[in-house]
Amino acid sequence: MRGNAAAQRIVLAVVVSVMVAAGLSAQVPFERLREAAAEPHNWLTYSGTYFSQRYSELDQVTPENVDDLQLQWVYQNAVAGPWQSTPLVVDGVMYVTQRPNDIIALDARTGRVFWIYRYNPSPNHRACCGSNNRGVAVLGDRVFMATLDAHVVAIDATTGVELWDVTLADMDLAYSFTLAPLAIEGKVIVGTAGGDRGVRGFIAALDAETGAEVWRFHTIPGPGEPGHETWEPCPPDPVTYCDPEAWMHGGAAAWLTGSYDPELNLIYWGTGNPGPDFYREQRPGDNLYSDSVVALDADTGELRWYFQFTPADPYDYDAVQIPVLANIERNDTEFKVMLWANRNGFYYVLDRATGRFLTGLPFIDLNWAEGLDDSGRPVETPQPPGEPTFPGVQGGTNWYSPAYSPRTELFYIPAWENYGSVFVGEPQEYRPGESFIGGRPTTYEPVPDAPTPPGLTRGPINDWTEEAGQGAVIALDALSGAQRWKFEMTDVISSGILTTASNVLFTGARSGYFQALHAETGELLWKASLGGQIVNGPMTYEVDGRQYVAVISGHSLSAFALRGSE
Amino acid sequence: MNRLVLARRLSVCAVLCLFGLVGPSDAQDHTEYSPTDIEYGISVYRAQCAVCHGESGDEIAGVDFRSGQLRRASSDRELRQLIQDGIPGTGMLAFDLDTAEMTGVVAYLRNWNYEVDAISLGDAARGQSIFEGKADCLSCHRVKGRGPRVAPDLTAIGTGRPPSSLQRTLLDPTGTMRPINRPVELVLADGTRVTGRRLNEDTYTVQIIDDQERLRSFDKDQLQEFTVLTESPMPAYGDLLDEQELADLLAYLVSLKG
Repeated sequence: MRGNAAAQRIVLAVVVSVMVAAGLSAQVPFERLREAAAEPHNWLTYSGTYFSQRYSELDQVTPENVDDLQLQWVYQNAVAGPWQSTPLVVDGVMYVTQRPNDIIALDARTGRVFWIYRYNPSPNHRACCGSNNRGVAVLGDRVFMATLDAHVVAIDATTGVELWDVTLADMDLAYSFTLAPLAIEGKVIVGTAGGDRGVRGFIAALDAETGAEVWRFHTIPGPGEPGHETWEPCPPDPVTYCDPEAWMHGGAAAWLTGSYDPELNLIYWGTGNPGPDFYREQRPGDNLYSDSVVALDADTGELRWYFQFTPADPYDYDAVQIPVLANIERNDTEFKVMLWANRNGFYYVLDRATGRFLTGLPFIDLNWAEGLDDSGRPVETPQPPGEPTFPGVQGGTNWYSPAYSPRTELFYIPAWENYGSVFVGEPQEYRPGESFIGGRPTTYEPVPDAPTPPGLTRGPINDWTEEAGQGAVIALDALSGAQRWKFEMTDVISSGILTTASNVLFTGARSGYFQALHAETGELLWKASLGGQIVNGPMTYEVDGRQYVAVISGHSLSAFALRGSE
Repeated sequence: MNRLVLARRLSVCAVLCLFGLVGPSDAQDHTEYSPTDIEYGISVYRAQCAVCHGESGDEIAGVDFRSGQLRRASSDRELRQLIQDGIPGTGMLAFDLDTAEMTGVVAYLRNWNYEVDAISLGDAARGQSIFEGKADCLSCHRVKGRGPRVAPDLTAIGTGRPPSSLQRTLLDPTGTMRPINRPVELVLADGTRVTGRRLNEDTYTVQIIDDQERLRSFDKDQLQEFTVLTESPMPAYGDLLDEQELADLLAYLVSLKG
């Protein structure tokens, strides 16, 4: 594996040299994105590469010297709200977004700003849950961003000047984008948010040159399409409110970035909960393709296969987690798999060519299901009214990125443990653009009236303590799902994970700690208290032969490097 | 005994008083809110608002409904307008609520600590005597500068905790002790024993007020032992006070607004 990577790096170096000689140094053609793992000095996609492993071949920072990490620069903003963006780095230039829809181009060595592109989303946008944006995509000489008011824009990567701006959906119906786009050959792909406000989810591909829509896949099939039958007709005399048009506003948003297998030419994308979130009685059936992963032909957007994690979900167990792709050799057999730690608390291994279920088991204690059957379908165990369901509404994990290291062959999950909710479902009529959740979840309080972990933001005092849920990094054998180690934290976690070729794992904490663990053992190697909560994914890159590790904490984007490595 | 109705009035009054602290005298358009409206507003809030603001009302940075402070809406009219129009440039959307929904959610936001349960409230003046005398609360708690600091300061406890929560604590202090307030026992590297009350904790450190009323912070990996106790040192007052005395004591605690 190392040999292949080294060979790829040489080939790519030649390609890049030719491009530089031709005056095209700013270009990031599809070929570079496809081989992004071979140029680890850059971070070219939201999750690092198309396989979304959040793994880097950089190895300057090691378990032995990580104690010498030193803060190199800080970029601060004054924008309110959690900062969930993952930066990209292209040949020494960093592109990062900040709320609501700004793109900043920075010198990745010093943190000094080249330019800021400001897109002002309509004040009437109806994005749920804050003005989040998680980052950009690059392709050619362009940077792409999807916006809160359901636009996608293309920006000149050198000048910051807008090249095109297209509208993809009606923001008045709560369509919005909070994800980083995925760029493939000639196309930019986005998925909509708004699943808690009654959208009909979709994933769309745009022509990167013009912004013209190439294809659109609706995550809820319409009448006559396969899967539509899983939005079953209402019975003639329903015992409770039943919505005959449930599929038209049934959610299944696609609010995080997908992955891509160039060999299979398949795009993989996770989808969110059906709506209304907590009252499934009014939308009878399994509600495809909510809470699923869909595999789409990259050229046409046609569905090749799907796998549904939580049929007819009444718990808001979005399956929007990043699909992590891996080729793993065991006993002389290569497994081309998709690895998935789901919000519902189960870990899944799928054959990514066919979608066939290979393995699945819980990675936390849960009680909403007693297990998975041979097809991977959960065997549900609904809890009595008033009793807590585990995991709670925030899930066993959520949108924060997991990681896979091909070196350790371990899969790393940012997890919430011992955290439950008491769910109450209530019928709710759809009203365009408005909250459409059908009831409420109340975080389980083991101690009456005691605070529980806040869903989005954290103050400086942890007054929920160990009682109502803790965070952990859980390392699983990627193929079997067996737990190898666990690093426990006092507070819950909302940070992604990064691993490197030197077996250093970086992750953050809501309490503001930036932590390095040994990827093989989970041993704490180093930590720095950065103050603000970390609610994004750390990433790494190299400039002038020096490895940097960047992370956003609160309102600060910080870059670390080894003391004396300059 | 004044029961449900009194409790509701007190609770509503508590919030009105709180707003009085925050804003000018025109902080409210009404002097009373209907309990029915408030209860309806709870369901509207949970359906429309909680997805962003959270059940606890504090999940948007800079907004904390529990505090009773709404910076952008000092009057009910302004609050209605804000909900109807949203706040441009923020995540606060415009909501098309009908009259009953709007009335309800405004009533609830103005009465965040509203009590549905029937609570027995007695006489606050008698309650203060019990607090300082028979119940001996001042031997651990502090109120308006009197008493030690080892237990939580209760000067404003009537603002932060609803009556039902305070009543539960009087009857079952161990079962309702907030985890962050738990007593801790530490053994330092040199064998010194330290006891106190936890104020904050993260994966690597813990902050306490020790029994000598000093603020201290420790690295957990430097401790020989770190024990969080779950037994409250406070007695269960249901065994020590009769029903009337409990009602009086509760009324006094509810009256403590800082």
